[in-house]
Amino acid sequence: MTEIPAVENAITIRDLVVDYGTRRILDGINLDIPAGQIMVIMGGSGAGKSTLLRCILGLKKPTSGSINILGTEVNGVRARDMHALRKQMGVAFQGGALFSSMSVAENIQLPLREHTRLDETTIEIMTRIKLDMVNMLPHEHLMPAELSGGMTKRTALARAIIMDPKLLFFDEPSSGLDPSTSAELDELIIMLKNSMRMTIIVITHELDSVFKIADHIAVIGEGRILETGTPEQIRASTNLEVQDLLHRKARETVVDADAHLRRLVGEEE
Amino acid sequence: MECSIKPEAGYDLLQLSGEVDMHFSPELRETILERIKAGNPLLIDMGNVSYIDSSGIASLVEGYQTAKTANLAFGLLNISGAAMQVLTLTRLDKIFSLYTSAEQFRQEL
Ligand SMILES: Nc1ncnc2c1ncn2[C@@H]1O[C@H](COP(=O)(O)OP(=O)(O)OP(=O)(O)O)[C@@H](O)[C@H]1O
Ligand SMILES: [Mg+2]
Repeated sequence: MTEIPAVENAITIRDLVVDYGTRRILDGINLDIPAGQIMVIMGGSGAGKSTLLRCILGLKKPTSGSINILGTEVNGVRARDMHALRKQMGVAFQGGALFSSMSVAENIQLPLREHTRLDETTIEIMTRIKLDMVNMLPHEHLMPAELSGGMTKRTALARAIIMDPKLLFFDEPSSGLDPSTSAELDELIIMLKNSMRMTIIVITHELDSVFKIADHIAVIGEGRILETGTPEQIRASTNLEVQDLLHRKARETVVDADAHLRRLVGEEE
Repeated sequence: MECSIKPEAGYDLLQLSGEVDMHFSPELRETILERIKAGNPLLIDMGNVSYIDSSGIASLVEGYQTAKTANLAFGLLNISGAAMQVLTLTRLDKIFSLYTSAEQFRQEL
């Protein structure tokens, strides 16, 4: 296995630009993600958070700019090196992305079966260790369609950490969950940072969760970084868009009736 | 990872060091199961293990279970630091027999 040098920043992103067709989705992102800590990326819907995640994972090729992960420059990396790097990254996608034809346990084992040649007994025990961590051991035989929202997220998390990744990405861990289930997930994320020394990147709009788990916060708006800093620094931000986001200001309180009607009948945009 | 067996009076001492990851845990697993099959109590010195991932932990769990079925003692010696944290996190510290000296293990045989 390739030895990865110790770095202060687990991920460094420079001047990242992503276009979809003629639309600029990410517009010059610069971001440092420190190793061994929890970085929360927040921002309104459509701001570009998931797109940024897809770029880091190598699932979307940026239009320009660079991403360095654990000392490896992702742009132009050989397939073999990207594969080694991918094994160090666990992802729990927004929505879970579980395979509906496989049980909870089978979903969690999938990365092990795909990327390793471990013995069957080892795989079974590893699976149960992770199921136990996320409190899903009693439900290992359930199918994804039989899971609640919180159970789906916990299963996705268990699958994300099955390979003991150095980097864990979690897209919207708490959206759609009741406060106590979401608080439980927050605890779990903090525990993973402390005991498994993972670098954790969480994308979320849930403010309670943000301020509970974050060591650092990056706020994205319309494809740009609006602000980065510690939770205290973000709270004290003078950027109006950041303050709007923190206070969930309702959008567009003044409605132009004519413009709104044109939008609804599809005459605009 | 380095993994070597040292026969002691009445048991085998498995000296483990370095990083136990998915690359090396199959070798650890095989060594453990082989010693248990040979009918020997096993003490694993974890004092020089700098990192153990969950595949390594799984190999220890399987070894422990196999030894238990065969009625053989199975102990972990000098486990500390990151390895101990992983055990605590997975609540396996409550399952394994942990020792701080080989003498202590020998006396319990
Ligand atoms: N495959 C795609 N093709 C075209 N446009 C896309 C594609 N994926 C995303 N976009 C656009 O990019 C913008 C950012 O989307 P993205 O999914 O990154 O937002 P987000 O910040 O994750 O939002 P949410 O909080 O709702 O998940 C949106 O305007 C979206 O329409
Ligand atoms: Mg998204």
